[in-house]
Amino acid sequence: MLKIKDLRVKLEEEDKQILKGVDLEIGAGEVHAIMGPNGSGKSTLSYVLAGRGGYEVTGGTAHMDGLDLLDVEPEERAAAGLFLAFQYPVEIPGVGNMTFLRTAVNAQRKSRGEDEMSAAEFLKVVRAKAKDLKIDAEMLKRPVNVGFSGGEKKRNEILQMAMLEPKMCVLDETDSGLDVDAMKLVSEGVNALRDGKRSFLVITHYQRLLDHIKPDVVHIMADGRIIKTGGPELALEVEQNGYADLLAEVA
Amino acid sequence: MSAPNPRAAATEALLDTLKMPEGGCIEVARQAALARLRAMGLPQRRDEYWKFTKPDTLLTADVPSAAPFDNEEGLLFDDFDRLRIVFVDGVFDANASDDLSLEGVTFDRLEDICCTDIHWAKDIYGVLETRGQTPVQRPFAALNTAYATDGIAIHVTGKPSKPISLIYIHDSRDSDAILHHVVRVESGAEVTILENGPAAARLNECMEIDIADGGTLHHIRAQGRDPERRAVTSMFTRLGKESVFKSFTVTVNGALTRNESVIELTGDDAVAHVAGACVGDAGGDRNFHHDDTVFITHDALNCESRQVFKKVLRNGATGVFQGKILVKAGAQKTDGYQISQALLLDDDSQFLAKPELEIYADDVICSHGSTTGAIDETALFYLRSRGVPKKEATTLLTLSFLAEAVDEIDDAALAEDIRTRLENWLSRRG
Repeated sequence: MLKIKDLRVKLEEEDKQILKGVDLEIGAGEVHAIMGPNGSGKSTLSYVLAGRGGYEVTGGTAHMDGLDLLDVEPEERAAAGLFLAFQYPVEIPGVGNMTFLRTAVNAQRKSRGEDEMSAAEFLKVVRAKAKDLKIDAEMLKRPVNVGFSGGEKKRNEILQMAMLEPKMCVLDETDSGLDVDAMKLVSEGVNALRDGKRSFLVITHYQRLLDHIKPDVVHIMADGRIIKTGGPELALEVEQNGYADLLAEVA
Repeated sequence: MSAPNPRAAATEALLDTLKMPEGGCIEVARQAALARLRAMGLPQRRDEYWKFTKPDTLLTADVPSAAPFDNEEGLLFDDFDRLRIVFVDGVFDANASDDLSLEGVTFDRLEDICCTDIHWAKDIYGVLETRGQTPVQRPFAALNTAYATDGIAIHVTGKPSKPISLIYIHDSRDSDAILHHVVRVESGAEVTILENGPAAARLNECMEIDIADGGTLHHIRAQGRDPERRAVTSMFTRLGKESVFKSFTVTVNGALTRNESVIELTGDDAVAHVAGACVGDAGGDRNFHHDDTVFITHDALNCESRQVFKKVLRNGATGVFQGKILVKAGAQKTDGYQISQALLLDDDSQFLAKPELEIYADDVICSHGSTTGAIDETALFYLRSRGVPKKEATTLLTLSFLAEAVDEIDDAALAEDIRTRLENWLSRRG
């Protein structure tokens, strides 16, 4: 599904190398987690995959099902099935949440040569999915993320993911700013999308999210590289001992 | 005899080319306006309120030629049930207009008022304009009062079942129109007035609006698409107790537009909102210069005023906003709000803003803000990351920028019509 080889990335505006050769391969239906201390490059990896500006790729490749991600526009990556759940979902005053969702869904369908969803059909689907995430009708009417609580914003990200039905989901610190109940709700939303084919890359600081979204593989990232890969037990090790031991181990 | 000063000489030179319509009960008002105009003279670039907008092309004896725009898109409001009053190049067209009868309202052409000795419009024509001449002089309005050749007087006594729609067709490349409308909304009456179309190669329009206690006027205007047309418009509105005035203008294209709105809140608990959304492109051989000049005077207790102006500018287009809130001594509990914002789609465009507050009462809430900026890159990326193509995402964000102004329109269907029109304009450019 996702194949990243020796990916090297620096900031466009300053001479600062963030990713220093990342290798990562995620098969169809797999859930991988990336953990790591602050500043290790986890979020940068997610942004570069999604195509955010401000970064310069200095080496390496990233492919999704054979598509050279780094060669196409963000909207083309999305239409091909890549989804990034933002750590800080963006507020867009003046654009209704429903309009936003429908524009996105139909833009992707259009680019894939599919028929657009009718307003009635869309409404039916979105209402059902919103209900599962406990997103009420009022939230759907409001401008995108404006006045939403931290938990509401993250639920809204998962709703978008559910509507867009991507094949590769990248979740950037989706647990940040969530209380226990909200984390459970969001995790259930994610788990509902696990169907054996869809792949996930879950970026997090803490093991607790991985209690809810159980990963197949856990990677530890530090200083722009993946320094260790293992099973779910690796996450527990981090939780108990912190990153210091691991960093010392590879140093 | 003193040497003629250049301003007076320029004024006389233009006046020599104009002919004042004669007769009727407003002739006195016309003569008085001419005297006012002579006293103040025509505007010059160094005048305080003309620093950002060159008046030159509005003052030439010969009209700068402007081709009527050929566009497959029909005029705004075409799908709405309304009473249509059509002016072609600034001249009333009875054949193209509906029968001027509507319950709760009466109409008279300016020409008809000129033939009578007694008419209700006499108490408004030139009167509100005169009040609006202090403290800031508005020479084009005085010129209009003196020389207006056509216009309509609208007397609203009830709640007409449909909007009154003034439709301005631009037909001749060299048309120079001076229109003067007078509106009186009686106590408890309520009406919606629509204005749309490019009107003429050059338009000088004045509208005087008197809203009695408890009256309500919704005004929605769309200024035409002809890229070369020029317009200077002046609205003078006086509000009585508990009356409501809501005015919204959308401007698309036009080489030069100067919209002045002078509002006087004279009765307690009155509400006045004035808003504008403009989108302008000065690419190729086009010009786009849009100026909103607003002056709101609070002279009563507990009144509310809002100014919401949004401009989208590209390819070297220029936007101007000069907005003032004056709160007179004693106008306690005033709630005044003013926002002017420009979205610059490139580095060549510019926005010049002069927000002003002058407050002589001590128990008021007044806020104002003015911003200039580009498209929010973070929001743009967010939309693109969801699969919305860049062009479409830019349009969506631009519409959202304009939303606060468009939302000032109370009628949802009319607002939607305008939103669609703006979206089409933006999509065509992308």
